[in-house]
Amino acid sequence: MRQISTALKLDENRLASPAALAAYRESILAERDPNRPIIIVCHGTGCLATNSPKVADTLRRAIAAAGLQAQVVPEIKTTGCHGFCSRGPLVIFHPTGLFYQRVQPEDVEEIVQTTLLEGKPVERLLYVDPNTGEHIVHDHDIPFYKYQQRLVLRNIGKIDPADIRDTIAAGGYQSLAKVLAGMTPEEVIAVVETSGLRGRGGGGFLAGRKWRLAVENVRKSPGPVYVVGNGDEGDPGAFMDRTLMEGDPHAVLEGMIIGAYALGAQQGYIYVRLEYPLAVRHLSVAIEQARALGLLGQNILGTGFDFDIKINRGAGAFVCGEETALIASLEGRVGEPKTRPPYPAEKGLWNRPTIINNVETWGNVPQIIEKGADWFAGMGVPHSTGTKIFSLVGKVNNVGLVEVPMGITLGRIVEEIGGGVPGRDEFKAVQTGGPSGGCIPWELKDTPVDFDSLTRVGSMMGSGGMIVMDKRDCMVDVAKYFLEFLMDESCGKCVPCRMGLERMHAMLGEFTMGKGSLEDLDELHSLAEGIKDGSLCALGGTAPNPVLSTIRYFRDEYEAHILHKTCPGKVCRELITYAINSELCNGCTLCARECPAGAITGVKKKPHEINSSLCIKCGVCFEVCKPEAVEIL
Amino acid sequence: MISFTINDREVTGQEGWTILEVAKWHGIDIPTLCYHGAVEPYGACRLCVVEVDDGQQRRLVASCLHPVQEGLKVQTDSERVKNVRRWILQMMVDEHPGSQRIKELAKSYGVKESRFKSDRVEDLCILCGLCVRACDEVVGARAISLGNRGVRKEVATTHRLPSPECVACGTCLYVCPTGAMEQLFDRIRG
Ligand SMILES: Cc1cc2nc3c(=O)[nH]c(=O)nc-3n(C[C@H](O)[C@H](O)[C@H](O)COP(=O)(O)O)c2cc1C
Ligand code: SF4
Ligand code: FES
Ligand code: FES
Repeated sequence: MRQISTALKLDENRLASPAALAAYRESILAERDPNRPIIIVCHGTGCLATNSPKVADTLRRAIAAAGLQAQVVPEIKTTGCHGFCSRGPLVIFHPTGLFYQRVQPEDVEEIVQTTLLEGKPVERLLYVDPNTGEHIVHDHDIPFYKYQQRLVLRNIGKIDPADIRDTIAAGGYQSLAKVLAGMTPEEVIAVVETSGLRGRGGGGFLAGRKWRLAVENVRKSPGPVYVVGNGDEGDPGAFMDRTLMEGDPHAVLEGMIIGAYALGAQQGYIYVRLEYPLAVRHLSVAIEQARALGLLGQNILGTGFDFDIKINRGAGAFVCGEETALIASLEGRVGEPKTRPPYPAEKGLWNRPTIINNVETWGNVPQIIEKGADWFAGMGVPHSTGTKIFSLVGKVNNVGLVEVPMGITLGRIVEEIGGGVPGRDEFKAVQTGGPSGGCIPWELKDTPVDFDSLTRVGSMMGSGGMIVMDKRDCMVDVAKYFLEFLMDESCGKCVPCRMGLERMHAMLGEFTMGKGSLEDLDELHSLAEGIKDGSLCALGGTAPNPVLSTIRYFRDEYEAHILHKTCPGKVCRELITYAINSELCNGCTLCARECPAGAITGVKKKPHEINSSLCIKCGVCFEVCKPEAVEIL
Repeated sequence: MISFTINDREVTGQEGWTILEVAKWHGIDIPTLCYHGAVEPYGACRLCVVEVDDGQQRRLVASCLHPVQEGLKVQTDSERVKNVRRWILQMMVDEHPGSQRIKELAKSYGVKESRFKSDRVEDLCILCGLCVRACDEVVGARAISLGNRGVRKEVATTHRLPSPECVACGTCLYVCPTGAMEQLFDRIRG
């Protein structure tokens, strides 16, 4: 565990009242020199993997060795993920916002010399806009950040998540203090209701309404009640919840404590995906520190309110993120979904009313309390208020985690924040909503990204996955890819999902081989509708989306496979052949040396040839050929 | 008393009853495979789905689990319902061609010959879980459970060894809708 809790001397007094929290914050701020420069070295999961701890260490040592004068010795801070992991490790200088990307320990000496001593940027470490070629100096000018509206992520990348004083200095737990100092549970619920906050975990149910239902159920049947944070995040490629739990764990805790107060719960659980050890660690540290300060545990802020949170490691299956399966798993049973109703708000954990919300949903709560329901409802669009975090991946220049106001168009996310498509290929589609989302064709790029608009075009918000696809993607293959994932994740309880996903996958497999008929395509469509209608839980209920949306918008591609035995995206192996264009080939022999099947022959400096009966269609020649002489037919 | 309609017919049921229970009471037929009056409903086969309209939304629910609601409009044989049942039975016949019960049901829903055929014709278990629930809830022995996930799901004993809890009462044989338990029984009882 990195220099945690040492940061917080645990003999510091528990805060005995909401006013004591404010005083504590003042004392932290007073201790800090607002003019002291800070160098932020990203310590999110992505940058950790690309050597950021070594960068931070080297920086610390180099700064000490450089003998900088006392008042300018920068503080080095390790923070959570900045969302731009593909450019990591990131090093950012505050207060200027000077932004360096892909920094390695070897670069440190030059950084100290040029930037710290001479006050100039190191050109080669700056971000280069792939579209204009321009070197950009400051983080706020980089298009990836410029068009974002970071509210849930506001502290991430600024605070050290392992030091609660950083959180408190940034305003953390103020909303809790406000609630405990003078709001009734009813008032809290009313604020959340008016804000229009909808669940960020997939279903998009109104959080305030869910809380209200739970409270009514408690009234009807008094007894223990629970709050749960869903941090299971099983979507491949998604990392919004991980980033939040790792980078600003207190935001999640604070939201849950406020929710617990509204409901009258004394115990909460955060269910964290098995593969997120850093999130578990940061949350554990955050819980420990919050307890030490009296922000969690017994008699919170001296107001007599008791509430504590336990962390549970996920069971490792995608379906365990489904709320009824998650509850079963928390109770120690097999993580399998149950038919709803009853909903958790009526019969959840141990058959008691339970509010289960996604961790991003919880992370929104403190600011709604702080700035008010109207402020929140004023952002986004009428039925989808506030912001949403997306994980933008695929064929775009800037991949990463972005937070934008609801209702922004797909096209703006992809073109302005994503910086467009790399290379010469054109956009084809954007897949949203995780594995069981739908593919939205590029013609619909003006679709506003909100819960209802995405559903209307046959996709969904899901938890915020966004995969950009270009002309080199085959939509039949894409559908098959997602089905493969979902099929493996089906819990197997209900027949439409257990057998149906396997059957859809088999039918898609036939199409990718050029087999099947148009009647089979109609059958696939009716099977997809049947699974959607008939499945027990939303895994099976949404799993047909990739199939239905691609048939709806890319029927021509299905027909090309079935009728013409061609794959327009040039992906499906059975339907493509590799050939060398003799006019472009310069006879460099590279492809012949790389081909694992020995299918390429030719004399040096003379055009080469591919023997298609030996070719295994691995595509290596296509990748390595410099003059782009290899063609896919 | 809660009043609602099934196939446009006015019906009434008690609070807490399921749609299936009320339908049975009124002699309206809904096919089931994983339901048995003696154990808790499980909602796995989905053959009992019906289309419901609560004034806000039309959707399909499992009638063996869905509680009756005032004013609900239930259709037991709509096109969407038939489509779900046809596909469930299609895939079941393809997977378990040996079961007479499924063959008959399939015939009545217009299931066709299919090019997808199981290579394990002798496998009759449709994983309805009736044996597991009966063993637990009726007998109290808990000799068997559903193990594994997804397409690998199976009825099994601990470590797949004959179960010391099994009292060889044969209740599971009785509730099994396809006869699969007849093949399994000797391995469970040991
Ligand atoms: C297969 C499946 C997986 C899910 N995985 C997650 C997940 O990883 N995280 C999450 O917050 N919600 C997940 N959900 C949604 C939850 O069931 C539930 O709707 C959510 O936790 C409610 O919180 P919210 O209203 O704040 O979104 C999943 C749903 C399904 C059907
Ligand atoms: S829909 Fe799939 S995941 Fe959900 S209960 Fe049925 S088999 Fe399990
Ligand atoms: S981990 Fe550093 S930007 Fe994501
Ligand atoms: S009888 Fe209702 S789901 Fe099987």
